[in-house]
Amino acid sequence: MQKHTMSLLVDNEPGVLARVSGLFSGRGFNIESLCVAETVDPSISRITLVTRGDDAVAEQITKQLNKLINVIKVTDLTATECVEREMALIKVSAKADLKAEILRIVDIFRCKVVDVSPTHYTIEVTGTAEKLAAILSLLKPMGIKEIARTGAIALHREKK
Amino acid sequence: MKTMTGAQIIMAVLKDECVDIIFGFPGGVVIDVFDELMKTDIQHILVRHEQGAAHAADGYARAKGKVGVCLVTSGPGATNTVSGLASAYMDSIPVVVMTGQVPTALIGNDAFQEVDIVGITRPCTKHNYLVKRTEDLGRTLKEAFHVARSGRPGPVLVDLPKDVTQGKAKYEPLRECHIPSYHPTYEPNVKQLNRAIKLIKEAEKPVVFIGGGVILSGAHKEVTRFAEKLNAPVTASLMGLGGFPGSHPLWMGMLGMHGTYRANMAIGACDLLMGIGVRFDDRVTGKVSTFAPNAKIIHVDIDPTSIKKNIPVTVPIVGDCRAALMGLNRLLNKEKVKFTKKRRKPWLDQIEKWKSTAPLRYEQKDVIKPQYVIEKLYELTKGKAIITTEVGQNQMWAAQYYHFDAPNRFITSGGLGCMGFGLPAAIGAQVACPGDLVVDVAGDGSIQMNIQEMATAVQYKLPVKVVILNNRYLGMVRQWQELFYEKRYAATDLEHGPDFAKLAEAYGALGLKATRPQDVVPILEQGLNSPGPAMMDFWVAREECVYPMVPAGASTTEMLLA
Repeated sequence: MQKHTMSLLVDNEPGVLARVSGLFSGRGFNIESLCVAETVDPSISRITLVTRGDDAVAEQITKQLNKLINVIKVTDLTATECVEREMALIKVSAKADLKAEILRIVDIFRCKVVDVSPTHYTIEVTGTAEKLAAILSLLKPMGIKEIARTGAIALHREKK
Repeated sequence: MKTMTGAQIIMAVLKDECVDIIFGFPGGVVIDVFDELMKTDIQHILVRHEQGAAHAADGYARAKGKVGVCLVTSGPGATNTVSGLASAYMDSIPVVVMTGQVPTALIGNDAFQEVDIVGITRPCTKHNYLVKRTEDLGRTLKEAFHVARSGRPGPVLVDLPKDVTQGKAKYEPLRECHIPSYHPTYEPNVKQLNRAIKLIKEAEKPVVFIGGGVILSGAHKEVTRFAEKLNAPVTASLMGLGGFPGSHPLWMGMLGMHGTYRANMAIGACDLLMGIGVRFDDRVTGKVSTFAPNAKIIHVDIDPTSIKKNIPVTVPIVGDCRAALMGLNRLLNKEKVKFTKKRRKPWLDQIEKWKSTAPLRYEQKDVIKPQYVIEKLYELTKGKAIITTEVGQNQMWAAQYYHFDAPNRFITSGGLGCMGFGLPAAIGAQVACPGDLVVDVAGDGSIQMNIQEMATAVQYKLPVKVVILNNRYLGMVRQWQELFYEKRYAATDLEHGPDFAKLAEAYGALGLKATRPQDVVPILEQGLNSPGPAMMDFWVAREECVYPMVPAGASTTEMLLA
């Protein structure tokens, strides 16, 4: 089951997200992550969602999304060149003997500590899903208290 | 620009859309709209249950080929239309349902008769709207009609809070409707048409398979021309009946679960299957992996999601069925290849052989057979009646034994299979076609789901005829229990039913009852020739089954024949 990242332009109206998510639940497709925000044009929002399925399923999802009246455009970015990023906030326990090690990891991954308390660091990390997985595997042994992830956002790469 | 109340704006848009009939039921939050409706020349048909209003609007739309309109109140009024919306959605019928809503300030407060109907109906409408400002009302309602009738048609719901219909706004009629994100494809791609022609030229055993799309797009003439050019046999889904003349020599009958032997066998043997305005649903395909195993498939549909949803397709053609068939016919005219009777002879002979192996059959002995009733109904009405049906055995016998030569004459809840559809749909069809004979073929189970609409028929002097095939069972489920559940008739024996003839009389209609085969024709004649609504109760063989039958999940060629 291949991962598909889909980018949707939709009317920025109440109920549109419910139409999109309802389509997935009603037709038995799954959503791995979903991210919505306004575009430069405030009447239009972009939804980036990640789903899994074979090509036939992805084709059916694309068609079904296109059929929704409030969906302006659907692009399956999987087959195209695209930049894909995800952000996570990771609250990791910062015991005295591990503080230096955590900061070293933060440095290597070029992320930032955005909140410090006597017992915890909150780290902001941006990157591909692989990068996030890598830093999480390093921080996990230190004790991750909480995590918040945005889900992937992506844009098609322009021709060089 | 005139300043008008929301209710007045609604009437202005309805007039602009040439609406002359509304099916509805009032309630607290829509009194203003009904009050305004009273001042117009739009006729209102007051049903007895909102589900009836939705089905009646559906029946009207199918018989007339126009958008059906429905007006109900908030809360329970709105939820009662949900089955009607779902049925219209599955069968792609253009209906606009206007529901009242509590005032905007109360929305979300669990107010009296409040329900989130837009949320509830999102998955069973083509689109829906909650109008929040009177200023938006005119454009939104206009858009609703446009969405309902264009592309693949479907039901659209517009939710109208009380303050929106009471409030005032400036209104100017909209000429056109432009929705930037909505562009249905009507014209098929010429390259795809040419690819289809190539397959058509190569095929020795082609089958044309039509569905509701042919009727919705008005392509019945084009499809007949197409089939005649190819000398190709034609079959249809339940929704496609009437899209091709039932008396035509190339007609094979319906296919699928209760399709004819020859239609199902032809699907198994054909080398080219041309699906036009169909969606290959499970009642047609049976086991998908063995469906049309030797065939290349051409699939024409206006809805891209229908294509490759259930079965793989060799040549997909997205577009309006009529436009696609006109394109194909044009290209065929240019071709030198002729599809002569001689070339088709082996294939058509084979189909003829299947026809004589297992034709539709029953034996009329001492108990009335339901098939006999439908056959006599067909003969007495000369095939000219508009037939609506309920759901189950009655529906299948009507489909098998009544032959339709014209479209928009067979009105049935195909996709949803919604019991209680037939009587209100017949009322809608009768309103749409006052000069036609409209007959609801019913079972004793499903007629009771909306039997209250007899009062509507009587009140508005709508002479609909109801033919009840009364077997005192929920017959289709009982049939499954007989065949696949070792005759354990769990919850299907309707031991006690009303005396339908007396019940009809209580409503003020004509009530008749037949218990012996020799009564069938006289009772039908009496009921059909009576001036007003009539209900005819035929006591039929209790345990008659619908055959052929493809058991659910089996291949279409594995039919039970008796």
